[in-house]
Amino acid sequence: MKLLTLNFLTCAIKACKSSPASFPLHPRDVELEIVESDINLPFLKNILPRLMWAELRTIAAELGLPELPETAPTRDHLVEGKEEAKEGEEVDEVPSQTARDLHRVLLETTVKEGKLVCGNCAHEYKVMEGVPNFLLPGHLV
Amino acid sequence: MLPTPSTSHVCFDRVYEPAEDSFLLLDTLSSTSEAAFLLERFAKAQSAPPLVLEVGVGSGVVLAFAAANAGRIFGHQDVLTLGTDINSFACKAAAQTIRTAITEHEQNTSISLDVVNGDLASCILPNSVDVFIFNPPYVPAELPDFARHGDYNGLPDGQKKTTFEQDSYLLELSYAGGEDGMVVMNRMLEQIPEILDAGRGVAYVLLCAQNKPEEVKQRIREWSPGWRAETVGSSGKQAGWEKLQVVRIWKEEA
Repeated sequence: MKLLTLNFLTCAIKACKSSPASFPLHPRDVELEIVESDINLPFLKNILPRLMWAELRTIAAELGLPELPETAPTRDHLVEGKEEAKEGEEVDEVPSQTARDLHRVLLETTVKEGKLVCGNCAHEYKVMEGVPNFLLPGHLV
Repeated sequence: MLPTPSTSHVCFDRVYEPAEDSFLLLDTLSSTSEAAFLLERFAKAQSAPPLVLEVGVGSGVVLAFAAANAGRIFGHQDVLTLGTDINSFACKAAAQTIRTAITEHEQNTSISLDVVNGDLASCILPNSVDVFIFNPPYVPAELPDFARHGDYNGLPDGQKKTTFEQDSYLLELSYAGGEDGMVVMNRMLEQIPEILDAGRGVAYVLLCAQNKPEEVKQRIREWSPGWRAETVGSSGKQAGWEKLQVVRIWKEEA
C-alpha cells in the first residue's frame, strides 16, 4: 500500500468519521518496502493541492522517514532551478531533490505488512501482503 | 472503440468475470455524451488529478479502463484510481489489471493507488471522491452467509488452494443482492453523498430491471435539493424494458 493512499482513507467505523482524530490512520509495527517507479513530475505538481500536508508529515515522522518540510512545496520547488529563474525564462523541467523526495515518500514507499490504527477509537486494521483489510465484524452480520 | 484491459491473469473461479454489465460501464464511460459531460466537469482550469473510486472492483476491468483512457474520458492524463472489494482475492487481481493497463499506455501518467479489502466505501475519506463507479451485486437472490467471511476471505490455513465451497461463496458475494437485488445498493447509496466531492463529484451505478430503476432514481432526486439521477447508458432491451442501465448521480447547485 502506497503512503499516498493514506491521504484518502479513514477509519471504517461510522461513529469515528466526525472526529478529526480518525484521520490520518497511523501506521504501526510496519514492514516497509520500496517499490521503485519512474518519477512523474507533472503528476507531482498537480497532486500538491490535494495533499493533506500536516497529516502526511505526521505519517512520515511516525515511520521514521526523513523529515518533510514544515510547509508543502510549491510547483516551482519541484523543478530544479525554477525558483532562481528570471521571470519568463524557460527552464528545462528537471525534477528537484524536493520532487524526488516527494516521489519516494508518496509513491515508492509502501506498507507491506503491519497495522493501521485509528487515532479516535484505536481500532487496528491489518495490512497483509500490501493489502489493508478494513472489514469489521459489524459489516459481516 | 477503446481496448478492453486484459484480465487474463485473473482466476474467475473466485473473482467475478467481466460480463455484459462490466462492458456496459466501459461503453457508457467512453460514450460521446458522457465523455463530453466529464470533460466539461474535470478538464477545466482546475489541475488537481481527479480521484476515481470503484467499489467492488472484481477483476478491475472497469477501473483499469478508466485509468488507461483517462485522457479521453476525463481530459486528464493523470487520474488517481482507488478500489475496494470485499473479496481479498479480487483486490490482488484487480491491482494487477490496473497496473498492467496503465503501463501499456505510454503517454498515460495515471497513478494506481491501491485496491483495499473493505465493505463498500466505509474506509474512504468523506468528500474526497471525484468519480465513483459501482457495479453492485444486483441479482434478486438471498445474500450469502457472512459468518463464513473471515474463513473464506483468504487461503485456508496451511493450504495453497481455495475450496469449492469457498469459491462459490466468493462468487455469490459478487452477484447476490438480496430483496429486489437492492440490499447492497441501498447501503451504498447512503454513503454516496458523504464520499463525493461536494463540488465536482459524480457517481455511476449499474441497475438491472428488477431493481426498479425508476423508483431508485426518484429516491435519489429526493435526497436534498440539487441531486440529479439520470439513465446515461443501457443495454439488452427486452419487450421495451432495458435489462441493464447505468445511472449517473450528481448534484447541481441548487
